[in-house]
Amino acid sequence: MIVLWELFFEFFKAGLFAVGGGLATLPFLYDIASRYDWMSVESITDMVAISESTPGPLGVNMATYAGYHAYGVLGGVVATFALVLPSIIVIVIVAKILEKFKENRLVKDTFAGLRPCVTAMIAAACWQVMETTLFTIGDFMKTMNPADLINYKAMCLFILCYWLMRRYKKHPVVYIGGAAVCGIVFQMA
Amino acid sequence: MFLTFCRIGGLTFGGGYAMLPMLQREVVEKYHWATDEELMDYYAIGQCTPGIIAVNTATFIGYRRKGIPGAIFATLGVIFPSLCIITVIAACLQNFSHIIYVQQAFAGIRVAVCALILDAIVKLWKKNVKSVWGIALFLIVLAVMIALDASPILVVIGAALVGLGLGRAGVKV
Repeated sequence: MIVLWELFFEFFKAGLFAVGGGLATLPFLYDIASRYDWMSVESITDMVAISESTPGPLGVNMATYAGYHAYGVLGGVVATFALVLPSIIVIVIVAKILEKFKENRLVKDTFAGLRPCVTAMIAAACWQVMETTLFTIGDFMKTMNPADLINYKAMCLFILCYWLMRRYKKHPVVYIGGAAVCGIVFQMA
Repeated sequence: MFLTFCRIGGLTFGGGYAMLPMLQREVVEKYHWATDEELMDYYAIGQCTPGIIAVNTATFIGYRRKGIPGAIFATLGVIFPSLCIITVIAACLQNFSHIIYVQQAFAGIRVAVCALILDAIVKLWKKNVKSVWGIALFLIVLAVMIALDASPILVVIGAALVGLGLGRAGVKV
């Protein structure tokens, strides 16, 4: 029982103070790993890899994983719920306030500035993924041969995917499934 | 709503931003629970409030549609698939990410996610970047994020202040 409370308290704290999503929870996870034996520091690194290859946000995945190791399925559920509870509370409050001031000019001006900003932030995040997925900048830096700059298999699949998306506008899952099959067939890893 | 967000949570590989194409498809185009502009507002708020962006966005959409029960169900929907999958992995697969087929499949998936996000950005650009000021702001933020690796919170606060300043000066962003 005490373990459950500890799990709840620790992951509630991580959920409350990790601002900025995903990787912002990492320092909190390292802190938890150093103080409890729910998970090792290595398992966090493994978990980052697993999180990249399973659906869902890293923080949620890690809370489930640590909770499961500490107290079985119930531990996983408690830790995960504790992690998201602060967000639910904070967002409901923010949403309530925003509802009230939606027509306020200052609020409108603020969001007018935020929209191009967030679009750019997503573009920057997209570039970071593309940089590691479609290009092999590490190899290029070693050989300085422009032919080593591009991951050809990935680039071909990327162009094909993008073209199909623009042309057929199918549900995203179609492309994700198709790309997974391509990845195995063409041994992309 | 729970099922829709389950679907979104179960098909989002790689965290918050990767959820965007799914959200656009399900929430904006299919159910009309929010517009593209509102989606950006939610992301901006999710960026500077505690917690995971994917969860924050789901909570927000849920709350706006159906109040507090909506917020709770949308959030539970988003985390439910992860909870199940990770419990299974933690219980039986110690070296899940070392399996070669898993690595290959996800190398492919990452490429599709790149293309999906790019497609989402093009749609967002059309809706959210409408003036010279908007383009300038977009380019500055993009440069700051890529070159300086700036804190997202500071960038969001900065852009909010710029928006307020331009509004004050009577400029439409």
